[in-house]
Amino acid sequence: MATMNMVHAINLALKEEMERDKNVVILGEDVGRDGGVFRVTEGLMDQFGEERVMDTPLAESGIVGTAIGMAVYGLRPVAEIQFMGFIYPAVDQIFNHAARIRSRSRGRYSVPLVIRTPYGVGIKSPEHHSESSEAHFCHMPGIKVVVPSSPYNAKGLLISAIRDPDPVIFLESTRLYRMIKEEVPEGEYTVPLGKARIVQEGGQVTVVAWGSMLQKTMKAVEGADAEVIDLMTLNPFDEETVYASVKKTGRVVIVHEAPKTGGFGAEISASIAEDAMLYLKGPIKRVTGYDAVLPLPKLEDYYMPTVERIRKGIDEVMQY
Amino acid sequence: MPETTIESCNVKRLEILSETGDADESLMPPLSDSQIRELYETLVRMRTFDHRALNLQREGRIGTYASILGQEASQLGTVYALEKEDWVFPSFRENGVFVARGYEMYMILQYWGGDERGIKIPEGLNMFPISIPVGTHMLHAVGAAMAAKYKRDKVVTLTYFGDGGTSEGDFHEGMNFAGVFKAPIVFICENNQWAISVPRAKQTAAKTIAQKAFAYGFEGIQVDGNDIFAVYKATKAAVEKARNGDGPTLIECHTYRMSDHTTADDASRYRSKEEVEAWKAKDPIMRLQRYMEKKGLWTEAFGKQTEAAAVALVDDAVKKAEAVEKPKPADMLTYTYKEPTSRQKKQMRDF
Repeated sequence: MATMNMVHAINLALKEEMERDKNVVILGEDVGRDGGVFRVTEGLMDQFGEERVMDTPLAESGIVGTAIGMAVYGLRPVAEIQFMGFIYPAVDQIFNHAARIRSRSRGRYSVPLVIRTPYGVGIKSPEHHSESSEAHFCHMPGIKVVVPSSPYNAKGLLISAIRDPDPVIFLESTRLYRMIKEEVPEGEYTVPLGKARIVQEGGQVTVVAWGSMLQKTMKAVEGADAEVIDLMTLNPFDEETVYASVKKTGRVVIVHEAPKTGGFGAEISASIAEDAMLYLKGPIKRVTGYDAVLPLPKLEDYYMPTVERIRKGIDEVMQY
Repeated sequence: MPETTIESCNVKRLEILSETGDADESLMPPLSDSQIRELYETLVRMRTFDHRALNLQREGRIGTYASILGQEASQLGTVYALEKEDWVFPSFRENGVFVARGYEMYMILQYWGGDERGIKIPEGLNMFPISIPVGTHMLHAVGAAMAAKYKRDKVVTLTYFGDGGTSEGDFHEGMNFAGVFKAPIVFICENNQWAISVPRAKQTAAKTIAQKAFAYGFEGIQVDGNDIFAVYKATKAAVEKARNGDGPTLIECHTYRMSDHTTADDASRYRSKEEVEAWKAKDPIMRLQRYMEKKGLWTEAFGKQTEAAAVALVDDAVKKAEAVEKPKPADMLTYTYKEPTSRQKKQMRDF
């Protein structure tokens, strides 16, 4: 089995799905000749041609809007938005159309579309290149939001996302792209959407994280009797797995890179309060980015939750 | 170094049928007498439907409705140039296009009456639900055209929008993608002179909307949008061009919104009676009727019979629309995803 990083794992998922299904096409800025600014689509234009790997004009709404038309017509487009900070011109298309078409056509039309976009802090990039705005998308019924935390899961989740009958926002942490290598099987396997993964079992505290925060969380829980949940799909999130863990441990820490206010941690926290409150031994703790406009690289290490902050959060809930 | 002209564009306008019902025979598209009668009958059906929908709104029997009055020829002349396998991506004002494509009229009323099931397009009809956000659906039409081209289907897509829609960014992106990918698509701008209260002159400083196509590398043409023959001829040519792999066309149908923007609007607040009266004289149906009279294709009896047939169909549609049972409340959740989420399943239990 080959060992590879997340860039290669995602590339492999795209390649295998395109080999399997002629309806899978890729479109976006610089995805063809250049292979994507992170090289995620490298080699795919050579293998599948310009018709299936389309370098588009520089227009995010255009990319997602045309991809919706393709999906309705019967293709399975995988659109790339070069950075999550640039996805906003396409939000009209995502919210008003991709998310709604199945419902407003009463099931006659659907949008099997994947929008891949790199997100998060971690590569010392200019403004607008490090956003982590997953919560906005989780608030819109009709789309799914997926965030892998490792190469193995990235490949399996992306294959599931491509085959999923509904639109999926697929977030790829720039920090993780080349950070971790692990064994990734060639050939078909899937990791199901909507299912969380228990990365480490434990009995005293439940720590919920996703994407780029998982690595830091794993360091932070060293030596603690913590159960770590990698949510992987944020919407719809795997309530059962979270509640089962909470019922066991009675303590919860939620870790995310995005700002605290209105972050997806709030949804998880409120859900636990509604459905598993009586199992809690103390307050739920969120360790998150600050409620600040994302700073430039000089301060980004202060912005992001650190291993120390996560550990402190765990220590706090362990007081109860 | 000399300064030279490296590109120029000639913007053409096509008119065939005059207000008095005289046609320039040298420009007439090949239409049989029975086709011309069919066009007339469809125009009357569209107008009868529209008139009834406005009344139903006033009586509180449907919700807000956007009238097509005055734009019937722009809608029918374009859609009449399509084949069954071609796709239409309409905006919210294309009620006439739905009628012309044989969509169940009761379902149009059902939709404007507040029931999504009215916009569930039946299998076999290649139409998209109307788009309420202005201009956004042009991109879907372009994407579908790109997909058709990729699949080697001999399919053309056609999308409708207004003069206001051309100010949206998605108009630019759609036109641009269509040009770059040489997509088999026809863009129909129903330039009805008003985007709610803002006149055409405030949407663009360009003399025509048609000329915008040249900046995207393909042709644009303005047609008299109240002239069914001109609209049909230009669209037919554009559809054939697209089907032959020669790329997109923009057609500006120069027409007029005779009614308010929607039933929630009062156009007398911002435009003069004189302007509206002047356009009344250009009425698309009257014009075709005069032409047919001169050709011996229209008699008073035929006119009455056509109208009676349209009224009967619309009466029937109203009855059917009002007999439809209310949707089940849980249905609001049913079609969000292919499979409802576990949380949605719990929420469904509220009903």
